[in-house]
Amino acid sequence: MDLVNLAIKSIFIDNMIFAFFLGMCSYLAVSKKVKTAIGLGAAVIFVLTITTPMNWALNEYVLKPGALSWALGEQADTVDLGFLRFITFIATIAAMVQLVEMIVEKVSPSLYGTLGIFLPLIAVNCSILGASLFMVTRDYTLAEASVFGFSSGIGWLLAIVALAAVREKMKYSHVPVPMRGLGITMITTGLMGIAFMAFMGIKLDSTPAKEETKAEKVEVVEKQVSMLTDVEK
Amino acid sequence: MAEVEEKVVQEKEALLSPKRKKYITDPFDENNPVTVQVLGICSALAVTAQMKPTLVMGIAVTVVIVFANVIISMIRNLIPGSIRIIAQLGIVATLVALVDMVLQAFLYDVSKELSVFVGLIITNCIVMGRLEAFAMGNRPWDSALDGLGSGFGYAWVILAIAFVRELFGSGKVFGFDVLGPIGYQNNGLMTIPVGAFMVLGIIIWVQRSINGYVEE
Repeated sequence: MDLVNLAIKSIFIDNMIFAFFLGMCSYLAVSKKVKTAIGLGAAVIFVLTITTPMNWALNEYVLKPGALSWALGEQADTVDLGFLRFITFIATIAAMVQLVEMIVEKVSPSLYGTLGIFLPLIAVNCSILGASLFMVTRDYTLAEASVFGFSSGIGWLLAIVALAAVREKMKYSHVPVPMRGLGITMITTGLMGIAFMAFMGIKLDSTPAKEETKAEKVEVVEKQVSMLTDVEK
Repeated sequence: MAEVEEKVVQEKEALLSPKRKKYITDPFDENNPVTVQVLGICSALAVTAQMKPTLVMGIAVTVVIVFANVIISMIRNLIPGSIRIIAQLGIVATLVALVDMVLQAFLYDVSKELSVFVGLIITNCIVMGRLEAFAMGNRPWDSALDGLGSGFGYAWVILAIAFVRELFGSGKVFGFDVLGPIGYQNNGLMTIPVGAFMVLGIIIWVQRSINGYVEE
């Protein structure tokens, strides 16, 4: 049930575009036609679903403080490779995108025809790296990370296809000249964001409770730290 | 804003040719990375609820662009064409990791507020765009100026958005209560993400009405 809640939350409430502005560059650039928007959205779902669990594993078994102790024994307990996080994640994403591109080209040339041109764009799509970074800051488990990656992708697809549909219709409307293009697209996205805010009213039982406990934990730790510093003074 | 312009004036004096001046002044208006080239929108919207984190973000992005531009331009003849993207990403990611550590050491509160968006400078299209379009084909000094120009062009836009959002969203400027004492009621729309879209849309409208740029 938790996973279903998480999926609903990341598709509608914490939508990548409307709540965090992630992947805006390609969102604005490739949303002129519904067909291409679907292609890019599918590619984003694909890459997110693969890279988020992969980066989870890397973070869990290599990068976290003390994560290497499964390989190097107890003396590695204090090793913290967190400073390598950005470079590892982006390298994984770039490599996966390259790999996916090669596999798709070999296995299904027709799919490559539709996805092919979008795949290189995805390596620098903020939503992919953003999902991996959020996964770390929010302490997801493997199952949660996979669901989070997949459903964030779906949320992104939903947003870009909706915008593309609006823009296709907008071609026939009379927009003030300086507003044409980016200006009116931003306003449209804003209005769509207001519509998506309606989803904030959805109550998901178990998720808020979990967040509370996390916040409490942080509070306790902060109290301990401040007590320690007081003692030092 | 004044501070940003002052720096540019100083740079101009040190420059040699009008062409180089253009590298810096171009991105301010007619070739602005955010409002004209539509790059780096993600962070332009996400961090702009308040002025202070926005200023830090603007400086961080400028630093990353300048150094990435210089480094890439110095080794541009050594990078094989087929792996240039990953080479660029590697250098940018290293610089961003450095910036992140500096922020955590000296400005911990702001770095917590910016959270993942510091890391997302890596995928900020402005950085990659300048590397691809400029640093791969130009000498280090020119690339540094180009990076500086793009960084400031980005910074003024996000500062303008943040100014409007903070002023009308919470009645403050840089945390100082400006509209509060005269009985201003805070406008919640400005503090939520949607406000950022609206403000940027209107800024683009105003800018394009003035400079006459038309899309398509």
